[in-house]
Amino acid sequence: MTETAIHPEFENRPTAFTQAEIGWTPWLAPLAEAELTDRHWAGLVDPSRARSAYFMLLARDPEILEARTKTDKDIFYNTTAGLPRADRELTATAASRVNGCIFCASVHSRFASHYSKRTSDVQRLLDQGTHTDLGSRRWNAIVEASVALTATPSAFDEEEVTRLRSEGLNDLEIADTIHGAAFFNWANRLMLSLGEPTPAAAF
Amino acid sequence: MTSSTPDVIDLLAGIHTGSFVDRIRAERPETRANAQKSYLALFEPVQEVDFLRVERLAVAAFVAGLHDARAVAEFYTAGIIETTGGASLAAAVRAEVEKGRTHGPYGKYLAGPLSVEDKSGLIFEVSDFGRVALGTRLSAALDHSHLLVFRPREASPAALQKLLDAGWNTTAIVTLSQIVAFLAFQIRVVRGLSALSKAGEGTLASAAAE
Repeated sequence: MTETAIHPEFENRPTAFTQAEIGWTPWLAPLAEAELTDRHWAGLVDPSRARSAYFMLLARDPEILEARTKTDKDIFYNTTAGLPRADRELTATAASRVNGCIFCASVHSRFASHYSKRTSDVQRLLDQGTHTDLGSRRWNAIVEASVALTATPSAFDEEEVTRLRSEGLNDLEIADTIHGAAFFNWANRLMLSLGEPTPAAAF
Repeated sequence: MTSSTPDVIDLLAGIHTGSFVDRIRAERPETRANAQKSYLALFEPVQEVDFLRVERLAVAAFVAGLHDARAVAEFYTAGIIETTGGASLAAAVRAEVEKGRTHGPYGKYLAGPLSVEDKSGLIFEVSDFGRVALGTRLSAALDHSHLLVFRPREASPAALQKLLDAGWNTTAIVTLSQIVAFLAFQIRVVRGLSALSKAGEGTLASAAAE
């Protein structure tokens, strides 16, 4: 029998970029906890992710979920000798802003503000878009690099590398910038295509 | 710093063992290893289940072609050609790439403050000729892949319903979404690291210089 996509019914769908905590609801059925085998639990990496409809939907293919989660964690949390956390969150926010992922942008703009304490600069990026002046050449260069990489076909070239270097980024930090923006081209396409943001924290 | 065995990203970005980009990648062994494991999970799956390897390669070749990522497209196309009847499938995919190439992202937002940013663009559908060569299932997958590559903000339950109606089940749709989304990542890492490599060595991070 053909399966049916879920058409969630709720009021006040988020229609603007925000740093507020919003939720996410799937368009296809997530697994139920009772259906999880050891293979699925391994895919979730953190058992607490069994509470998330998003991860329980992705758990239907546990091998790629596990590898993806570990890629994600290292790109965003491993700051050893590399790009500070705030700048990584900025790459994620910029990519999400360009692709139009209101949910991803909400989570990572909140993190960018938390780590940088530059809430109003981050809000300007959300409100006005990626061309806005963020009040520092370094942040403008990181956003510009993320935007160039996110374009399809990608427009990231030696020019972006030179610009990041002129703002003091070393090669490892440039590689971290590339990975942060590239990863969000992965995340945005899952979040945007498998469900939608909700006003309340249902995620 | 000891270098690791070359992986798919090294191959696609032309990163040689011992080069400065190789040493930079070696500073992030978890990222490096799990990007490779992601590739293996999708293209050497433990269970093909309802999504054949050749179909996975066809989607990847299409997505890479749309990104104008030549080395990546050739890599996945070579995989298709190795399979029985692969040459004609690869040719059919390539023909659809030619028809589907454009610049993104674009698309409409839900009506509201972001509507001023709505940008129209190509709404791709596999050609009638392609539909015969690719079949209903794979044609639906390519239509959906084009949507995710260029106008992901227009994704909808109706788009998923088209896949379900064409014979894709929920689990296979999750895998299909992962393939398109992973390629969006892999292609950009390759592009970024290639640009870094072309720019020549700059300041190495202190730890990487050892």
